[in-house]
Amino acid sequence: MEIILNTLISLSILGVVCAVILYVVAQKFKVVEDPRIDESQACLPGANCGGCGYPGCRGFAEACVKADSLDGLFCPAGGNEVMKKVAEVLGMAAVEKDPQIAVVRCNGSHEKRRKTTNYQGPTSCAVSHSLYGGDTDCPYGCLGLGDCVKACTFDAIIIDEESGLPIVDEEKCTSCGACVKACPKAIIEIRDKGKKSRRIYVSCINNDKGAEAKRACDVACIGCGKCAKVCAYDAITIENFLAYIDYEKCKLCRKCVAECPTGSILELNFPPRKETVAQKEAEINEVEK
Amino acid sequence: MLKTFPKGGVHPKENKFSAGKPIEKLELPKQVSIPVSQHLGAPAEPVVAKGDVVKAGQLIAKSTGFVSANIHSSVSGKVAKIDKVLDTTGYKQTCIVIDVEGDEWVDTIDKSVEIKNNTDISADEIRTKVSACGIVGLGGATFPTHVKLSVPAGKTCKYLIINAVECEPYLTSDHQLMMEKGEEILIGSKLIQKAIGAEKVFIGIENNKPDAISHMTELSKKFENIEVNALKVKYPQGGEKQLIKSITKREVPSGGLPIDVGCVVQNVGTAFAVYEAIIKNKPLFERVVTVTGKSVQKPSNILARIGTPIHMLIEAAGGLPEDTGKIVNGGPMMGKAVSSVTVPVTKGTSGILIFPESLADRAETFTCIRCGRCTTVCPMGLEPFQLKNMTAAKMYEELQKERALDCMECGSCVYTCPAGVPLLDYIRLGKANLNKILRAKKS
Amino acid sequence: MAINRLTVSMSPHDHGKDSVKKIMYGVVIAMIPALLVSIYYFGFDAKGESFIAIASCVFFEWAIQKFILKGKTTVVDGSAIVTGMLLAFNVPSNLPWWIIIIGSLVAVGIAKMTFGGLGNNPFNPALVGRVFMLISFPVEMTSWPKVSVLNFALTDAQTGATPLAIIKEGVKNGESLSSIMDSLPTSYVDMFLGNMGGSLGEISALALLIGGIFMLSRKIITWHIPVSILGTVAIFTGILYGIDPSKYASPLFHLLTGGLLLGAIFMATDMVTSPMSKMGMLIFGVGIGAITVLIRVWGVYPEGVSFAILIMNAFVPLINKGFKPGRFGEKIKKQ
Repeated sequence: MEIILNTLISLSILGVVCAVILYVVAQKFKVVEDPRIDESQACLPGANCGGCGYPGCRGFAEACVKADSLDGLFCPAGGNEVMKKVAEVLGMAAVEKDPQIAVVRCNGSHEKRRKTTNYQGPTSCAVSHSLYGGDTDCPYGCLGLGDCVKACTFDAIIIDEESGLPIVDEEKCTSCGACVKACPKAIIEIRDKGKKSRRIYVSCINNDKGAEAKRACDVACIGCGKCAKVCAYDAITIENFLAYIDYEKCKLCRKCVAECPTGSILELNFPPRKETVAQKEAEINEVEK
Repeated sequence: MLKTFPKGGVHPKENKFSAGKPIEKLELPKQVSIPVSQHLGAPAEPVVAKGDVVKAGQLIAKSTGFVSANIHSSVSGKVAKIDKVLDTTGYKQTCIVIDVEGDEWVDTIDKSVEIKNNTDISADEIRTKVSACGIVGLGGATFPTHVKLSVPAGKTCKYLIINAVECEPYLTSDHQLMMEKGEEILIGSKLIQKAIGAEKVFIGIENNKPDAISHMTELSKKFENIEVNALKVKYPQGGEKQLIKSITKREVPSGGLPIDVGCVVQNVGTAFAVYEAIIKNKPLFERVVTVTGKSVQKPSNILARIGTPIHMLIEAAGGLPEDTGKIVNGGPMMGKAVSSVTVPVTKGTSGILIFPESLADRAETFTCIRCGRCTTVCPMGLEPFQLKNMTAAKMYEELQKERALDCMECGSCVYTCPAGVPLLDYIRLGKANLNKILRAKKS
Repeated sequence: MAINRLTVSMSPHDHGKDSVKKIMYGVVIAMIPALLVSIYYFGFDAKGESFIAIASCVFFEWAIQKFILKGKTTVVDGSAIVTGMLLAFNVPSNLPWWIIIIGSLVAVGIAKMTFGGLGNNPFNPALVGRVFMLISFPVEMTSWPKVSVLNFALTDAQTGATPLAIIKEGVKNGESLSSIMDSLPTSYVDMFLGNMGGSLGEISALALLIGGIFMLSRKIITWHIPVSILGTVAIFTGILYGIDPSKYASPLFHLLTGGLLLGAIFMATDMVTSPMSKMGMLIFGVGIGAITVLIRVWGVYPEGVSFAILIMNAFVPLINKGFKPGRFGEKIKKQ
């Protein structure tokens, strides 16, 4: 009985002494910080992806509190919702940006861009890129070894087994830009997600002359310029045998997609086109042949 | 006791199938593609345009700085285009493509085979001529020779070492060059010695070439201050720093150059090219290339013009074997695998190796078992397994501290690794990224 | 010119003959003399133990890799077989089969797979298994069968103690060393050949040395670790023997008994858990030798090699950091 009592008393005293020491130390060495940093950090998604350009969500919160206005400060992972909350906490005007997404500008799947050599080495795009142009005849095309997948902290990009190309998950991608930095060939670009998630882009970055590009890949951009001619909004420029669509000017009319002879311009999330009578007839003729 | 370097090294099988085969002149190709960047340093700038008629030995691209080199046409004919062509780098590079017509050489070139000498020429004149003739290191590194011949102020050069080691398996071009053009090489070496003001010339030859050792020793008696040294057969005996350590016992400091210990190293092929430049006014536009491999019908040493597509050399060696798996430009330890047989011969092409499918595959990769063999064989005293882990984790500061930049990429670590870990792939990547970071910091 | 697709990879394009499989199977071959001796002296029990140990190690590695990690199974590289054999060598031949299966599970599952599999474990798996079994089942792990040549009877043999255990008991009871040594059932020759009590693999110095020389000739191990361990033990016990031969056993006795040779040749030289540089290996060996003698002479356990090796395994990262190979061109002062 005595033992139990002694134990209880001595342990309690020890506990109280430790608690007092901890409290005193915590008070004495307290770091005084603006409480708004904690409040704004609480609004942030907490992914620490670095997409904002600051070291983690805490860094971004500190930058917001220090800044006079929220211009130039944007959390791509959180988007407009999160920026509105931060603006409320800090009493500043909210910043709004069109939602963006990572876009893979290569459509050269295994089927369309045939392999001409056999690469043996670590499964790393950076290593393969430093060795040679890749195991196909297009030195600009996607290597399919997944450095972008390794870089993504949101699980938003995977390499499709069949085509060998990366596929971006629309729901998960926060346009933080990690995959863009990881790709040694600069194939991935951050573009506007577009109204109703619809976007049109040239899925190729090949600068070789048309004939060479086509020989290497069936869906390469040959720089013929037909798309630029048919665009009514001046959104397409041709440079070094490659077309580029400016997403800010593009009005999603899809005329360039129909015009492109190689099919290198892609349209995403559009409803299927209504077939014209002429097209239907052509189809029937094909079947009859 | 044969001289050698004390640390590290491996003993790959020699496979010198083409040893003793006399140098054959290759027939002229129909078209050559001469890259404007065949050397370390800034690429040369073309001085000809489409449609121009050129002669062999004519300047077609000018050096664009101190560390750069001139490029000369290797054939006579018409410039077809200046365009991006796939070359040995694995990418398309700017090349001057010439349609060959006849074989006219520039008048100033002395085409005779008579061995001549010129002891009156001054050191400055030697340097100017070497630079004008576009001479670069023919050992594979292709460093512009005139830069090496310009000893910086405040440093003196005591020894000139001629690298006739040819430690890479399969390659025999240097060996054959010594047997056929030994005296010319010695004259070239004396000219280099004059340009750098060295006291003595050493010629390092690996012990697996006894005929070359005795031949060069015999010839060297005609000259003063030339000593032939037989060296132990060990890879990488031909590495610059290892060679200097073996012959002179001096160690080049980490991050330093051979001139810091009073030495200059030149490849034996470069010495021959210097002879041709100074004595025969001939710029560098052809070189000896070893074409060999286990299933090659006729392993040979071929004198080819720069810009010749390699399939012509392979044809001359008996054609591409049926079971070809890999074609390497250079030696098996440090050479680069090519993706097509249309790539051209460049100043750095010391050999074309053809591996059958059975030897083309890499060793299967297991996890590192921490056996430490890579550390034991590294001639620079580095820890390759550590450098690989640091590169994978992107720890560039630590890479610098561990002296990753000292790595000469000889491949001894990968050669011995029982687990087949691709150490060198990562170390190269780490070095490249580290260099990028350091350059960005400087600017 | 029609050719197959060329293979493109980074240099070097040549490879030496070494492979993980060759190393592992080389170690297995080196252990065969000791295995044969153990069967000779302990009969079928020895074969049974070894078989159960190897089979369970391989099974656990395969099962963990397939069902828990859901990755590639790498049992073919032979490392599980080596772990199994070493585990068997460390136990008495009359150990109940279910104890050795638990030992295998600890060795492969805890000491190896939880750290990431081959190459990532800081402690020698076989030793972790052995120490676990020793601490959990002390009675079964310390009653050794009396040696009887070619005993193929399946009945239990008589049990006896190892020479080291006898010495420990005797010194504790205050007997003088010389009287203990006289009462030992084994002579030095017996100890060298293997006619003494002990675990499966540790009895025959001759068989172990043959295995060691085989591995040296195949360049699977280097001389640094075994020589530094044995040298340190010899010198340390030699000094003690010189001070008072009536209290301390001779160096030769220490070298031939217990698991010292087994530990020095097979366990401490395990590549994954030993230092990378030669200087580091020597320091490692000296540490093991010193701790072994400390435990043997002044510790509670009669045998200390397993503990010594595990303790020094913990120091290996520090040793690796402190003893790096000399870099080329480091001495800039001299010109």
